[in-house]
This record gives sequence, structure tokens and C-alpha cells, in this order.
Amino acid sequence: MGRKRVLDEDKPKKGPGRKTKKQPAPALKGLLGDGPKKLSHKQKQRQRKREEKQALKASVGAKRKAPAASNSRPTKKPKLLFDSDGDDDENLRSSDSEEEQMQDEYSEDDVLSDMDGEVAEKPPSMKKAKKKDKAANGAVAKKTKKQGKAGAKSKKAEVESESEEEEEEEDDDVEESDDDDDDDSDEEMDVEKASKKLIKKQKEDETLAQQELMLNIKSQEKFVLPSGQEVEKEAELPPDLAILDNRISHIRYVLAEFSERREDGRSRKEYMDQLCRDLCARFNYNEFLMERLIRLFPTEIMDFLEANEYPRPVTIRTNTLKTRRRDLGPMLIDRGVNVEPMARWSGVGLTVFDTKVPLGATPEYLAGHYMLQGGASFLPVMALAPQERERVLDMCAAPGGKSSYIAALMKNTGLLWSNDANRERCKAIVSNLHRLGVINSLVTNYDGRAMKKVFHSFDRVLLDAPCSGTGVISKDEAVKMNKDEKDILRCSHLQKELLLSAIDCCNANSKTGGYIVYSTCSIMVEENEWVVDYAIKKRNVKLVPCGLDFGKEGFVNFEQHRFHPSLRLSRRFYPHTHNLDGFFVAKLYKWSNKIPGEEDKKDKTEENGEDAAKAGDSEGKGKKSAKGDSSKTKTPESEKNTTPLKGKQKAAGKDSGTDTPSSQSKNKKKKGTPDKKQFQSGKAGDGKMKKAGFLAKKGFQNKKKGKK
Amino acid sequence: MRPLTQEETNTFFEKLSKYIGENIKLLIDRQDGSYCFRLHKERVYYMSEEQLKIGSSAAGETLLSIGSCFGKFTKSGKFHLHVTALDYLAPYAKHKVWLKPSAEQQFLYGHHIMKSGLGRLTEDTEQYQGVIVYNMNDLPLGFGVAAKSTQACRNCDPMTLVVFHQADTGQYIRDEDTLT
Repeated sequence: MGRKRVLDEDKPKKGPGRKTKKQPAPALKGLLGDGPKKLSHKQKQRQRKREEKQALKASVGAKRKAPAASNSRPTKKPKLLFDSDGDDDENLRSSDSEEEQMQDEYSEDDVLSDMDGEVAEKPPSMKKAKKKDKAANGAVAKKTKKQGKAGAKSKKAEVESESEEEEEEEDDDVEESDDDDDDDSDEEMDVEKASKKLIKKQKEDETLAQQELMLNIKSQEKFVLPSGQEVEKEAELPPDLAILDNRISHIRYVLAEFSERREDGRSRKEYMDQLCRDLCARFNYNEFLMERLIRLFPTEIMDFLEANEYPRPVTIRTNTLKTRRRDLGPMLIDRGVNVEPMARWSGVGLTVFDTKVPLGATPEYLAGHYMLQGGASFLPVMALAPQERERVLDMCAAPGGKSSYIAALMKNTGLLWSNDANRERCKAIVSNLHRLGVINSLVTNYDGRAMKKVFHSFDRVLLDAPCSGTGVISKDEAVKMNKDEKDILRCSHLQKELLLSAIDCCNANSKTGGYIVYSTCSIMVEENEWVVDYAIKKRNVKLVPCGLDFGKEGFVNFEQHRFHPSLRLSRRFYPHTHNLDGFFVAKLYKWSNKIPGEEDKKDKTEENGEDAAKAGDSEGKGKKSAKGDSSKTKTPESEKNTTPLKGKQKAAGKDSGTDTPSSQSKNKKKKGTPDKKQFQSGKAGDGKMKKAGFLAKKGFQNKKKGKK
Repeated sequence: MRPLTQEETNTFFEKLSKYIGENIKLLIDRQDGSYCFRLHKERVYYMSEEQLKIGSSAAGETLLSIGSCFGKFTKSGKFHLHVTALDYLAPYAKHKVWLKPSAEQQFLYGHHIMKSGLGRLTEDTEQYQGVIVYNMNDLPLGFGVAAKSTQACRNCDPMTLVVFHQADTGQYIRDEDTLT
């Protein structure tokens, strides 16, 4: 396209040619005060080698044509001169004998004539003895330049003889350059001086800062609490965060060592009140809740409050009924969800860092491969450790996250009864359980307190009680303002009733279970330890380890409360320490179906209640045994009676099955069973029962029935 | 909660056989225990014997779901399969349809399937045959009814409907309240 280029026409070259480009800018020595070029380590090494080579060449040449030495000598002289200076140093460092030899060989007169310069030069060189290395480097640098020139001259021109004038000129040059060198050293001295000055200044600054710091501390020590009028005035104005932050840190500082740092005449209570007010204003809490929180976290209050300002990481639980974590992870990553395995303690959790797609609407979610669930809500289910072919009750199940986890741990066998008091929220349970492919479930809408009348022969019961939600403030900000004493106590009361009901629903005679897990997403002592302590007093239950190896121990003593010492076995989780929602988990083991208070009275009514309970129990068992081998669940009765191979095999299979799932829970069971046996045999007062082991249970029941 | 009457059983099985054919047998005669269908509040639930036994202790009105829900009888006596039955239909499915990734989302929002979104189709699918819908990763998405036979599908233009939508997993979110 366009015009054709004329090839035969020589184009005039534009701009400077290659050679001109290659030429460096003119170096104006001394005029511009350019310091000696510093060579890198490698360059130095190369330089030294080159020097050696050249020296060797020169020496050989000199030996060969000693009389004609003066031809090449003058050109090399400057280098020599420098060598004498540099070599001195070099000789000190490493004996470069060749060079020395060379020096000896050089004609005396030349050297002598140079000596003046050298002598004149020496004193400063002595002065800078300390910086010999540096100077040497400089000298070496000079040498390279000179050498290069000299080499070029000697090779190119090969002039037979050069006049003395030239020599002298060169000498002058050398002296000048020597001066240069001196100047360099002076310059460096300047740098040194400057650096010394700097150091001095820094020190001064430091001392000043120290003093200022001390002043600050003093001012802190002098920190004055605002008077009542000031507080009132402030209350009218919108809160100034900077002032509040400052005052909060001051008060905390004072409180850390109260006796020393306090203002005279002010009590600790005044400080505490002010701190509480300030924190309330700063983080928008009501005073009641803040007071409680301060009492709960005397030292970590700030961490806790700040942790509540940020949401916890989004976590999802792999539905092991449909997929595996190692399949789900890559699948989600393909969809643009950045996930990573959650924590050491969970084999099914994934933490979501960021996502390009809505997590609750991916085809995988809809197909039930995972459930959006907070990390903390794994914990009660892990503590419950449901086994296959058990009957498990989840008393307050909505929206079904924990329920589905239970079903996944049970591998869709046995029975999972999910109950919730709120009918609207029950729909979520139904939907979630179906989506996640849970088929062993039963969803009902009872009040939890009435559950024991419906069915009360569960192996394990999970009660994730409704609570004030003080552990999940980051999820629901409203909690900050709308909770007061009454709410907490109302919750606490309901929780006590629910927990007793949950315990009543659990069957102590269960072969594998008899466990109740109580959990809340509250951190209030009234809703946690107090409730569990109440249950321990009211029912035949005892606390057992949760099987969670982290988390803080529950309170045994808290303010006016003195709880059962075993409450140490319960676990608390906090947002600021575990990066989970605030949570409480306690695991109870029910060792007797009797209710303590009523047992003592030996009331007629109690007898009836018990009988009714037993009747219900045996009814269920009767049905089961009637069905015989066709049902998966076997009663002790059938095991006992069917002596032939089949029964035994089945029993063995079952035992091994229960052995495998989790050693931890098994251990607990082992711990648990002797108690049960003891209790049974004790009650029956029969030696045979003891021998029969756990089979005794059924026998015992039959006996009771017979008595009736 | 009660067992299905003969008439109901017929209607129900007829519907079910459109999707899984004679594999219905496998749902009833199971190796791992006995399972049964029960009618509760016009809905058909599939459950194990133990669930049935214990579940019967729950009163009618408070029992919301037991086992897995297959669908419901309409007021006019027809049977509607729900997406909750998908877990049982998918493994035994006779006729399958695979969707292209582009059509996947469309289907999950409740749209019918057009020829353009069709990835694969089981051979010898007849018209009005029940089909299970999968995505290309073999993840069951729902089910529907073939609007055209496989033969007819081959030579029709890309905008014609080939599968009518009946249920999809998106309903777990869209119709959470009315699902069961």
C-alpha cells in the first residue's frame, strides 16, 4: 500500500551514529567533583584478575626487554604510583608478591622521581588508616581507568620513546588525582560527620520522645474523671468517638493498677460507671447489657466488643449424605467461590473467603451438597456425637442446620425427630431436610415443654435453646439495645423448663446413649451454667466432657453464683478468642429415669407417672420384638432369646459398628455403662442382673412389670 | 396418617411409573428394611417402619413431615410429584435429559427446556414421557415431561420446547412454604 520505498536511494542517517552513541559523556574530573566510582564486588574481583594478568605480562615483557623498559614504563607509571599506594594496602591484606617484584624491577629513577609525590601523599593516607579499604578501593578504581588508557596507548601507538615532559605531566596528573583521592576521603569524612550529626539528633529526639511519653503517662496519671455536670452535658450532645476512645483507654489504664493510678477521692465504682457509660455510647449498647459484659470480661471487654462489630467468617458444612468435602471444595472453586477447609476440629466445614455467585443459589446448594451454617453450630452436634440407628431428638430444630448435621452423622439411619415450637420456622426445617436428602426425619411442631408426653424414649437429645442471643451480636445488632434483666430471666426460665423436658425425653436405659446436649448462643451465665446447674439438682443427670478439645471452661463460681464443680466440663466459645459466635455447650448424661424429688415423696401420683412411662416404653419394645428380625433395630430381648448364629452375628456386627465411629464417644459410653449397670443392679438388688450385663435392662423392666 | 387406598395407590403408582417404570418395585421391596407409603394431609410420604411406628405417636395436626414427601393429591384426585421425590426418582430414572450449562440456570428458575439448551437426550424417549433433568456434571436438577420424542427432537428448530418443566431444585427456595 502507499508509495513504494525507493531502495536504491541511500537514506541519510538521522541522528548520531552508533559510534557516537557508544561514547560516554565527557568526564570532567575535578571540575564536577565526581567521586570515585564504587565497584561492585564482582567488578573488583575481575579488576584484580585483570591487574594480575597485566602485571604478569608486563613483568615478562620487562624481563625480556629490560633496556627498552622505559618505552612502556612511562605510560604505566601512573598505575605504578597508585599501585605503590594501593599495593601497600593490598600487601597488608594479601601478599601479592608479583606486584612487589614488579615494583622492585622498575627503574629506580622513575620511582624516585615519583617518591616525592608519594611522600607528600603518605601522611593523609596514614591519617585515613582506618578507611584503608575504602581508599584502596578508590585507588583501584583510578587504576582501572589509568590502566585502560595506558593499555590503549601502549598498544595502539607503540611509540618508541616519550619525552620526560610527558612523564612530568602525567605525574602532575597523578598528583592531582591523588588530591582528588584526598578530597574523596574528606568528603567521606563529611558524610561521616553528617551521619554522626544525624545519630546525635536521633538520640536527642529519642530522649525527647521518652520525656514526652513520660509526660503523657503523667498526664494519664492525672487523668480526671468528668464530673456529674459534665456527664449530663455530654449526654445531650452526640457522642464524640475520639474523646470516648481516649477516655476509655485512660480509664482502663487506671483500672489496670487502680491503687497507684487512681485519682484521690474517687472510688473504683465511679471509674467503672464512667467506663460503662462510655462503652455504651461508643458501641451503642444499653447499660444493662454492657454492665453484664464488663462483669463477664473484666479485662477482655474491648476485644469482645470489637469482635462484635465484625461478622464472623461465612462457613458452609458439606452434606456428607450427598458429597464429600474434597469433591465439594474444587466444585465451588470452579464456580468462583474461594473456599478453604475450616478448622482442624471439623472435617466437613469450609470457610468462604469471597464469592462471585450467591452461595445460597448455586446448583450445588439446591442439590443439597452443602448447608450455610455458622462454625459454632457444628459444636453442639459434635458434642452430641449421634450414632447410627439411634433415636435422636432435636428439640428446637429450626431452621434445620444442626438437625441435618445429626442426620449426616447418623448416615440417614435410625430416627431423627426435629421439633420446633414455631410453625413458620418449621417449614424451613422441612425444606432443608428434604433438600439435604435426609430421609430418617420426622418434623413436628410441638412446644418443647410438652415433648415428654408425646415420646420419651430417645437415645440422645439436643436442646439448642432459644436465648437472648448475646453471643451473636455481630449477626443481630438489635440485641445490643433491646435486652434487659427481664428478658434474660425470662429466657433463663424457659430454658430451665425446656432442659428438664429434654432430660425427661431421654431414656437413661438406652444402650448406646442417654445423653443430652444443652447449647445456647448466649454468653450470659444465667442462661447457661445456671440452667445446667438447676437441671443437675432437679434430675438424675451428671455432666460429662463435651468431646471438644478447645473452648473455655464453664464458670463454677461467678459472682454470687456457686455452681456444681462439674460445670467445669461445659464449654464456652467467644467471638474474640475462637472467631466463632459466642456459644455455650454442655453435655449431660442421664443415669436414671427417676425424678429425685418425687422419688423421696413416694407419692401415689409419681408411681402412676412412672408406670405410665414404663408402659409406654415396653409398648414400643414389645412392638419391636414382635417384628423380630425384619427390623434393623434389635431389642436386648431378641438378642437374648435368639441364641442361634444369626442373632450372635448380628450382635457382633452391631458392636463393631458402634466401635468404629468415634473412639471418643465410645470411651464415654464405656464410662457410662458401668454406672448404668450399677444403678440397675442396685435397684434390683439381684446378683444375677449384674452377670447379665446390659441385657439385664430388659429383664429388670419385665420384673417391674410383673410386680405391677 | 393412613395407608393409601387402592384408587390412590393406582393413581400414584401410575404417575411414578412414568418416571422410573417398573423400578417402583425397588422402592417397596428393599433389602435394608421395610419401607412404606403413607398419606398425611393429602401428601404421600415414604418412610421406614420405625419412623411410621414412632411417628404415629405424634398428633395429626402437629406432624409436618415424616420421611420424604413424594407429592400430593390435588382436590380433583390427581397426583402431583414434588421435587422432594427427586432423590428417589433420579437413581432409578428410565429417561434422562442433560442440559447445557447455559440452560441450567433457566431451568432452575422454572422455565421449560428448549432445543437450544438440550445437551443430550436418552434414545427412544417418547412424547409425554417423564424425564429426569440433569446438568452436564450428572447433577439432578429436576424433572419434566418430554414435549417431543427423541426422533422429533432431532429435526426441529432450536427454539421449540422439548421438555416441559414440572419440578426443579430451585423450588426449595422459591416454594419453601408450599413444598410439602
